[in-house]
Amino acid sequence: MVDSGADVATRSLPLSGVHGGSAAVRLEVAAPAGRISLRVRNEDVSALSAALGVDLPVKPKTSAFANGRTALWLGPDEWLVIDEGNSGLTTAAANSGALHSATDVSHRNTAILVEGPGAVATINVGCPQDLSLKAFPVGACTRTIFGKVEIVLLRTAEDAFRVEVWRSFSDYAFGLLSQGALDAGQ
Amino acid sequence: MLLIHCPYCEEDRSELEFRWAGEAHIARPENIAAISDEEFAEFFFLRNNEKGLTYERWRHIHGCGRFFNAARDTVSDRFLMTYKAGLPKQQVPETGASEKTVETYEATEGDAR
Repeated sequence: MVDSGADVATRSLPLSGVHGGSAAVRLEVAAPAGRISLRVRNEDVSALSAALGVDLPVKPKTSAFANGRTALWLGPDEWLVIDEGNSGLTTAAANSGALHSATDVSHRNTAILVEGPGAVATINVGCPQDLSLKAFPVGACTRTIFGKVEIVLLRTAEDAFRVEVWRSFSDYAFGLLSQGALDAGQ
Repeated sequence: MLLIHCPYCEEDRSELEFRWAGEAHIARPENIAAISDEEFAEFFFLRNNEKGLTYERWRHIHGCGRFFNAARDTVSDRFLMTYKAGLPKQQVPETGASEKTVETYEATEGDAR
C-alpha cells in the first residue's frame, strides 16, 4: 500500500488557528512548552533548585526565572515549572537525587498570552484576583479561577499575563478572554 | 462575595477559590474496629450543626490546594479566624458577634411590603 500521506494523523495543537483580542488587548496562543507539576518537601527544595537550574520560590504567589525555565509557586510544597525550550525537566529533576514527584504536564496545559493596556480588565472579567500592581506585581503567580475553569496566572510584565489552562478548557478560556478583550477595548 | 483568609497564601482570597469540607477537629478513633456501632455512627455521621460559632475545614482548592481550619459564625456568615491544618482548636479573638447581630427574617424583612 502506498502511503499517500492523507491517512497519517497530523497533530494539531489546542487553540490552533484561533483569533481574538481588541484594540486594547492582544490575545496570543503561546508556543508549546515543557511543563512539570513538581511536589517537593521543604528539606529537598535546594537540591531540586540546583538540579533544575532555577531557584524554586518558597514565598506564596511568587515565581522565579532562570536558564529559560520559570518556576511558579502554587502551594507550600507544589510548583509548576515551565521550560520554553527543549524540556528535559523530568530528567533534570530525576538527577537531583532527592525525593520528589515530577509529573510531566506539558500536553495537559496550554497557555494564552494576554498583553496590552486592557489586560487586567480582560482577565478580571472572569477572575476574582486583585490584579493591581501592588497586590499582584510583575512576577507574581497564582492558581485561581477564571469563569468556570481553573487557571494558573503569571504576570510577565506590567501589562502582560500568561494564562496557563488545561487544554480541554482552552476553548472556553479563550472565548471568555476574547469577550473580555472586546469589553476592555471599549 | 466573602473574602477568606488563606493561612498558606497569607492573604484574603475570594470565596470562589474555596470549598467547604465539613466540621473540623473530628479525630478518627485509634482502633476503629473496636468501637460499637453507636460510637461509629457518632463519629462518622453525626455533626453538631451549631448555630453561631463553629469550626470547619475549608480547602483552598483553586489556589494553593491546601486544607485549613476556620472558625465561622453561622449566623452572620463571618469568618472569625483561619489557621493551618494540624493546629489544635484555636481560641477565637473577641469580636462584636453576639445575640444582637443575629439577623432574623422579622428583623430585616418583616415590614417589607
